[in-house]
Amino acid sequence: MADFFFHTLAGQLILMLLETLAVLVPLLIGVAYLTLMERKVMAAMQMRRGPNVNGIFGLLQAFADAIKMITKETIIPTGANRFLFLFAPFLTFSLAMTAWAVIPTGNGLAVANINVGILYLLAISSLGVYGMLIAGWASNSKYAFLGSLRSAAQMVSYEVSIGLVIVSVLLAVGSLNLNDIVLAQRHVWFCVPMFPIFILFFISALAETNRAPFDLPEGESELVAGFFVEYSSLSFGLFFLGEYANMILMSAMVSILFLGGWLPPLGIAPLTWIPGPLWLIAKILFCLFVFIWTRATFPRFRYDQLMRLGWKVFLPFSLLWMIATAGFLLATGLLPQGVS
Amino acid sequence: MMVQLVFYVFATILVGSAAMVITARNPVHSVLFLILAFFNAAGLFLVAGAEFLAMILVIVYVGAVAVLFLFVVMMLDIDFTRMREGLQRYAPIGAIVGCILFVELVMAGLHWGMSPVMPAPITGGLGQVGGAATNTGALGNLIYTHYFLLFQLCGIVLLVAMIGAITLTLRDRPMGRRQIISRQHARKRAETLEMMTLPLGQGTDDNGGFIRPHGSYYDTAVPGSYGIPASENRAKDSREGDAE
Repeated sequence: MADFFFHTLAGQLILMLLETLAVLVPLLIGVAYLTLMERKVMAAMQMRRGPNVNGIFGLLQAFADAIKMITKETIIPTGANRFLFLFAPFLTFSLAMTAWAVIPTGNGLAVANINVGILYLLAISSLGVYGMLIAGWASNSKYAFLGSLRSAAQMVSYEVSIGLVIVSVLLAVGSLNLNDIVLAQRHVWFCVPMFPIFILFFISALAETNRAPFDLPEGESELVAGFFVEYSSLSFGLFFLGEYANMILMSAMVSILFLGGWLPPLGIAPLTWIPGPLWLIAKILFCLFVFIWTRATFPRFRYDQLMRLGWKVFLPFSLLWMIATAGFLLATGLLPQGVS
Repeated sequence: MMVQLVFYVFATILVGSAAMVITARNPVHSVLFLILAFFNAAGLFLVAGAEFLAMILVIVYVGAVAVLFLFVVMMLDIDFTRMREGLQRYAPIGAIVGCILFVELVMAGLHWGMSPVMPAPITGGLGQVGGAATNTGALGNLIYTHYFLLFQLCGIVLLVAMIGAITLTLRDRPMGRRQIISRQHARKRAETLEMMTLPLGQGTDDNGGFIRPHGSYYDTAVPGSYGIPASENRAKDSREGDAE
């Protein structure tokens, strides 16, 4: 049996398919329940009840929403570019799924444990902007176009500071492999010595996923709903799924880069009994809770404030921190020696 | 076998999309085909075992440069039938430039050589972890140790280009609203809010019906912004309005 799976081409293909499903099925269920969690947590913070009609505690609400969305009519606006209009949501959705190939859920437990894992994540997240740009342009609508331009400028701006923060972390790790990044945090999680850029990364993650208080691309009070105004039915659903999957992905990135990934907080007995994937899920849930908490707390930024924060505050600070980290590591001789 | 197949798939799509870049009628479609071409070039790097270069190609070219291309092309309103009029006239010049570039590429290709300090090429690709020297490490070693001066010079060229672009587009005139963040933060309640008792049914006509406290942001803002006339006696007028 094991021989079939590990030594024949067909067996390896089946194994890879099973591995992929083992990541994607929990992810999609997670996305469905994230929408419910968001509504429930926001409701609790605003002293409401939230969805409570479908199922116990509203647990079936996510599926009710999904069925409603699928059974609606797909409307393609006049003058829209049909192919690109339908291609954009598929692109967003499939990119949000593709990125999960490299996320390690335990020691070496990833669908693809590649050398340049963190660069792969950065590349996939930088592609995410195309879904929005194409959607905005192909809709042939002013609101959608303005929303997509905003989101493109916003994502490109905050990617710069995200990249610099990642470089600071990589300086302390000495490897681009996500598994190595987690293992480097065995003794102390990076959120302790690098607390300022941990916060900075989290805020940039909010901006990168277009979440409140940086949800200007949607800006329902001015742009109706931003780049997906014209979308309905399943094509809207795919955008929605992609957006929430991206939220979970960014939470996973925060967990892996700063909160020790699958590692328990302390390497002592009762904590090490809990398996690694559960620790990672717990950390992701914590990050998602903070995402929702932020949304319930802060008002939306103005667009010029957003750009100022990205370019004039985050970029210089993360650059300074990167140089300081490199200098500190070099001066104390803690700089990890690379493999070459 | 498998590698050859993957190579030909990537190469075919790359050449096809590159041809579509110059033949597509809609400029936005051209840019999208260009992105597809970049993506397939990254795929070819992966096949060659250069996973670092592949990822950097996607991050830099697809993730940033092409986004700006798309941005500009989407916002431009070009009349393409008029642009095609000069095609006959400029075709020979274009052909000459193309020939020169092609000859240069061939010459560069014929005289290609490996650097003596370059470690032995590592093939194996994306799936392999560890090993004697990853190609990320080898590349870093080459750029930052052996060719450091050239690398710095490239950086300076880019810096000059950046400063040039900023100088060309920066205009030092107040366009619309200008804000000074530090002044906004330092603002006190007394500067913005003043309780007044005005006779019932009578307001003020100064400043279009708005009374602002003395020394408020309106008075100290950049002249010409906020629709404020840049005249000298403006502050005095509003103060007289307060006194009445």
